[in-house]
Amino acid sequence: MNNVFVYCEIEDGVASDVSLELLTKGRALATSLGVKLEAVALGNNLDGIEKQIFPHGADVVWVGDDARLDPYTTLPHAKVLAGLFKEERPQVALMGATSVGRDLGPRVSSALHSGLTADCTSLEIGDYVDAKSKREYKNLLYQIRPAFGGNIVATIVNPDCRPQMATVREGVMRKEIADPAYAGEVKRLRVDDYLEDADLVVKVISRHVEKSKINLKGASIVVAGGYGVGSRENFNLLHELADLLGGEVGASRAAVDAGFAEHERQVGQTGTTVRPKLYIACGISGQIQHTAGMEESAIVIAINTDPAAPINKFADYAITGDLNAIIPKMIQYYKKNSK
Amino acid sequence: MKADGTVNRAALPAIFNPEDLNALEQALRLKASRPGSTVHVLTMGPGRAAEIIREAMYRGADGGYLLSDRAFAGSDTLATSYALSRALANISSDLIICGRQAIDGDTAQVGPQVAEKLGWPQVTYAEEIRVAGEGVLRVRRRLERGAEEVECPLPAVVTVNGSAAACRPRNARLVMKYKHARAAQEAQDASEDYFAMVNERPYLKLTEWNVNDIRCEASELGLSGSPTKVKAIENVVFQAKESRRLSGTDVELDALMKELIANHTIG
Repeated sequence: MNNVFVYCEIEDGVASDVSLELLTKGRALATSLGVKLEAVALGNNLDGIEKQIFPHGADVVWVGDDARLDPYTTLPHAKVLAGLFKEERPQVALMGATSVGRDLGPRVSSALHSGLTADCTSLEIGDYVDAKSKREYKNLLYQIRPAFGGNIVATIVNPDCRPQMATVREGVMRKEIADPAYAGEVKRLRVDDYLEDADLVVKVISRHVEKSKINLKGASIVVAGGYGVGSRENFNLLHELADLLGGEVGASRAAVDAGFAEHERQVGQTGTTVRPKLYIACGISGQIQHTAGMEESAIVIAINTDPAAPINKFADYAITGDLNAIIPKMIQYYKKNSK
Repeated sequence: MKADGTVNRAALPAIFNPEDLNALEQALRLKASRPGSTVHVLTMGPGRAAEIIREAMYRGADGGYLLSDRAFAGSDTLATSYALSRALANISSDLIICGRQAIDGDTAQVGPQVAEKLGWPQVTYAEEIRVAGEGVLRVRRRLERGAEEVECPLPAVVTVNGSAAACRPRNARLVMKYKHARAAQEAQDASEDYFAMVNERPYLKLTEWNVNDIRCEASELGLSGSPTKVKAIENVVFQAKESRRLSGTDVELDALMKELIANHTIG
């Protein structure tokens, strides 16, 4: 009862990165609350799945192994999860802000009448006093996320409803091994107890998932472009610099929305969080939704025509000027000096 | 922003969320493929949100409903989906299509929560909705790293992704026909001539519902019906890094590249 739960996404027998990141975060939250960390793995042919999960600090792994749970469809997963949560009454439940977690989370939160905060960038434990009733709440989950435009960060709490649910994007939290020999308990779910035929009405006819060729998260150098790059053609310049430096090209949401770059390249709250050695921000103004995804970069170079662009506050080097003139010079002098 | 951390929507212009336009396009295509079907728009918000209904009618929607009451103020996604689901209980429909998410909150929660409250299946991240057979939809979904096709029986809730087909533009003939359409709140101060015109053309009267028009529990609405509370809103003031300002001259960039190579950041 009252433990911290993490819903683990499984694809082809492998627990996804975002799930392992959430287990690491969940371990820290459970420790600070003095409770257990429990993981839920739903799918088919899940033998040994717990071996991927325990090292990240889970005390219990609930395994629901049933052909009806693979591939993922909303109703069966939501039914099992909501049913388990009703029995186990977790105080905190976390899931990835992925196409699965963002499909499943709201359905489960509605079934349980619990609050859900999407796309959190930070999760902490803290106290809360309700302004109206003056009632004090101890040890709530602070669900922290950028909000409603501008440089605003909101801290959301769920004082009365349980579980306190949050989704987090892949790459936002760090994945760590708590202890390679960490051993917990495996509990088998009796899937039949939760499902009925009416939950199986949506059928997956075909499914095509490819491994992404773009590896933003793992890149040690990211050359990112914003709306200020101006066109898809101008992005070629960024690709040229990134290729030369052995890096990857990223983009702000504005650039992705404008069609300058692929969605997988998006850095920020609704994209990928990166922590490279070097981040070169080209024509990016620096809204918090973007900087939330790159502020932990070791060195930041900002290139912007506006000397007052907010991105400059994050920059070790703030270059004021036209990226179409500056990037070619960077390429030129890198080639000259690296010989 | 109000003191309780919720948004003062009355102070904002009513805009069509981009993905709601993608959703509308899917609805209009289905209508074209199924003679006799109709498309209606439901929106919740202050009086000016009726603009959304008119915009949809300019593009081919048959009508709409405005759900508007102070009792809805401060609703989080769960309280919003509750109110919408109660309004939907008043409307006979086979398929509810919504945009995946709004551009302010970005939560993508209301569609699935409405589906749960209605007890209907949901299909999220849709790119294309087709009728596969009597009472069955075939939907192409966009996943992070791929796509899938699913079949789903009606009734259902489908949320449409921004990668779906763009919405058709306004139709000039429909703009002329519906530009005087008004919800009750908007028509409050209208002239007698206006009401005479509405009498002649009843389609100009947009349905408006308040909390008394839907069967609902008041405790489930607005702030009291919202499990999530805003504890704090902070304007983030970043401690600016000590940055070196460069104007991008050859000498500066030559030195910068040398420095980054020397300290093994690059190369």
